Amino acid sequence: MRQSWWKILTIALLLYTLIAGLLMDVPRLPILNETIRALHFHVTMWFGMILMLVVSVFYSIKYLRTNDIKNDDMAIEFAGAAILFGVLGIVTGMLWAKFTWGDYWSGDPKQNAAAIGILMYFAYLILRNSLTDTQQRARIGAIYNIFAFAAFIPLIFVLPRLTDSLHPGNGGNPGFNAYDLDSKLRMVFYPAIIGWTLLGSWIATVRVRMRRVERILEDRMINS
Amino acid sequence: MLKEISILIQKELTLEWRQKYALNGILLYVVSAVFITYLSVGAKQGNISSPTWNALYWIIILFSAVNAVAKSFVQEHQGRQLYYYMIASPESIILSKIIYNTGLTLVLALLGYGVFSIILGNPVLDQGLFLLNLILGAMGFSASLTMVSGIASKAGNNATLMAILSFPVIIPILLMAIRISKNAMDGLDWSVSADKIISLFAINAIVAAAAYILFPYLWRS
Repeated sequence: MRQSWWKILTIALLLYTLIAGLLMDVPRLPILNETIRALHFHVTMWFGMILMLVVSVFYSIKYLRTNDIKNDDMAIEFAGAAILFGVLGIVTGMLWAKFTWGDYWSGDPKQNAAAIGILMYFAYLILRNSLTDTQQRARIGAIYNIFAFAAFIPLIFVLPRLTDSLHPGNGGNPGFNAYDLDSKLRMVFYPAIIGWTLLGSWIATVRVRMRRVERILEDRMINS
Repeated sequence: MLKEISILIQKELTLEWRQKYALNGILLYVVSAVFITYLSVGAKQGNISSPTWNALYWIIILFSAVNAVAKSFVQEHQGRQLYYYMIASPESIILSKIIYNTGLTLVLALLGYGVFSIILGNPVLDQGLFLLNLILGAMGFSASLTMVSGIASKAGNNATLMAILSFPVIIPILLMAIRISKNAMDGLDWSVSADKIISLFAINAIVAAAAYILFPYLWRS
């Protein structure tokens, strides 16, 4: 994780996302107009969040199998970065909704599901903080992390599809795929997903290393 | 394993019967909650609109279920849990508790339904669908709440933790159950609700499977 090539790639991708996402020509769709640029900054947050939650759950499972505290460091920090992305996703979404739907909160099923997801992971943080023993905190945190993820998946992928959503592409609203998202948008959208996700992983790995350094310092202090 | 589960369920029943105050307490909780709701909304019989009836009913069932299931790992102290740990497998313990709590939640839901029908009126047109939905809802509530109460009991089990951990997990189940129950109240054809019933069942299965796989790790610690 200490190699630098992927950090350079992150910066390059994000610079590209910022410049191309804000300046490039975009298709004019009714209602959406220029706000379609939110695709690169709002929608990508969700992709980044889901990918990092998957990583977090993966390390939680690994922790339960190995009981190695290093896996728990990865799980909590990736969950933390995912929560940051989730909050940013909700805030950017609310700003966008104000200009397209007219309200910060319109009770859209995807909005509600995202808010519930955030509640779930805040509860995860509180649960961890309520436990004092490191190994027990790691174990019970991992169990709740996996359990919450199992409930989170139907929440965001299944339920919003059962009712009409105001989101572009749902319920007759002009969407990206419906009008054939032209390849120009895709050229920014996909790199943006990779760029934001890599930025989140970068934040998470830096914090994991800080955690490990702190643990070693603590051990040294106790043993000296 | 089946034998082990049935013995454990019998044990739960016997324990519940010996400490009747807990069971009676939760039953009284449902009745008083419904009565408080009735007084607060100021509804004369049949005067309340059916979406409101539906929402109030499910909220009351949710809170009663949280209270009823929360005690499933609390009432037995550490020493006895250690004893179960030695004689039974964790899988049969979680399954027996889920099955027992499904029954308990179903009893609460039926009692709530009865009291609601008497004092707030009964707007349900399709009783069969409503009851099927109650059974599925009770299964989902009990699977997620039993697992969460196990987690909360390890963390000093305070009531706040139980609530914040369980509410977000239970919302998908609650939302599906409320939608199906609305269809049952309007007497819509079963084909309209079929996909919702299947998704509710699928969510239950996911949650129960996750609880079944994860509980042994929780039990060991």
